[in-house]
Amino acid sequence: MRIGVLALQGDFIEHEKILRELNVHATQVRKPSELRELDGLIIPGGESTTFGKLAVEYGLIEPIRAMCNAGKPVWGTCAGMIFLAKDVGMRQPLVAVMDVQVKRNAFGRQVDSFEIDLDIPVLNAIENGQPHPFHAIFIRAPLMERVGKGVQVLATLNDGTIVAARQNNLLATSFHPELTRDPRFHRYFIERVGKGA
Amino acid sequence: MAEKQIGTWAVKVGLAQMLKGGVIMDVTNAEQAKIAEDAGACAVMALERVPADIRREGGVARMADPNKIVEIMQVVSIPVMAKARIGHFVEAQVLQALGVDYIDESEVLTPADEENHINKNDFTVPFVCGCRNLGEALRRIGEGAAMIRTKGEAGTGDVVEAVRHARAVLGEIRRIQNMRPDELMRVAKELGAPYELLKETAELGRMPVVNFAAGGIATPADAALMMQLGVDGVFVGSGIFKSGDPANRAKAIVEATTHYNDPDIIAKVSRGLGEPMSGLAVRSIPEKEQLAVRGW
Repeated sequence: MRIGVLALQGDFIEHEKILRELNVHATQVRKPSELRELDGLIIPGGESTTFGKLAVEYGLIEPIRAMCNAGKPVWGTCAGMIFLAKDVGMRQPLVAVMDVQVKRNAFGRQVDSFEIDLDIPVLNAIENGQPHPFHAIFIRAPLMERVGKGVQVLATLNDGTIVAARQNNLLATSFHPELTRDPRFHRYFIERVGKGA
Repeated sequence: MAEKQIGTWAVKVGLAQMLKGGVIMDVTNAEQAKIAEDAGACAVMALERVPADIRREGGVARMADPNKIVEIMQVVSIPVMAKARIGHFVEAQVLQALGVDYIDESEVLTPADEENHINKNDFTVPFVCGCRNLGEALRRIGEGAAMIRTKGEAGTGDVVEAVRHARAVLGEIRRIQNMRPDELMRVAKELGAPYELLKETAELGRMPVVNFAAGGIATPADAALMMQLGVDGVFVGSGIFKSGDPANRAKAIVEATTHYNDPDIIAKVSRGLGEPMSGLAVRSIPEKEQLAVRGW
């Protein structure tokens, strides 16, 4: 299985590292030609406006959208989630494939960035043994204010705020599993989303 | 941990991880901040005067006017950093109260304390600090810096010092990777570096925080040079808004930073950018007027 990580800017190396630990072939994507022959794509954390400008300039928006529409697994973390969303309440270049309304910098500025343990039911099936919470790191994070009918909510904060969701082959998280040592979310992406399960 | 925890080491270091592969640009007003964001900057540094002007005009350089910082925070959606003087922990408290996303405890401003740097562990907001070598970098991390940059020589447009400092840091990391623990203690003594951080750096093969280049970067090729040497991203200060065509130069530097290993793209984006900043060779500056020697 070959998974690309969009490497225009952001924490793409962290995603690559976890993928390699899971014996997945991971490659960096900066140009449309590098999307060919990929089985899936991760759009990392970073600055969504920076991704947007570079993706437009180098002709990446359309091919990424085509990949999403072709049913290949695509996962966006934080800025990546913004990049996949149809509506972010601001004018900026987006792939605009996920039927979610995202609010950027929803929790405030950096001094409001936080860590918290989340119960994520879909991860419990990934590893045998006792279900345990997923440690989630939120950095100037976005949230999902509204999700469409075909979107499954995977995780919320105690107040009901949606922070992880799936729409068939598309996955979005407000937080950064790539900044933790816990590979369960990456496994969920590869073993479940990647196989249409 | 069922409750939110803020100001942790992971979220401080984490924001810097999100900036990797990007360009952080010095801006002095809302209009410049917007140009930087539109060019694809991953963050901006709000300041009163760019280093080239600080160098030319002299006098005491301090934290920027809070009005200016807030004005910049209001117009961009990307992170906003601001500079505090070395050792001036009250300027840092003010910047935290304003809600800036990162504080640069910077040698570009006139130091407020010639003996001590800020105890950055006291703050919720993360700090970036300059360094000339690995020992200096690890001392700053020991005080709580969550991101490191080379000092270079700000306001010159001469990349030579940034190269020197990046090579020093990255070369020292390569050197310590094959050392035994007993040898590491000796090196810790030589470098004046905290032993535990030096050991962690040797094990990781890199510093435990993100490491950017800064100080003298003025062209797309300068940015790509620093990236190829092994830094995680670049700061560009005077190089953009002291050049003939800031918007296009800013965009070109962003593209060269992303595609730093692709000479065809660097060649393409380097064309027709107009005049670069005029520049000042570091060798022509007496040592006591160099900014990089401030702090230890």
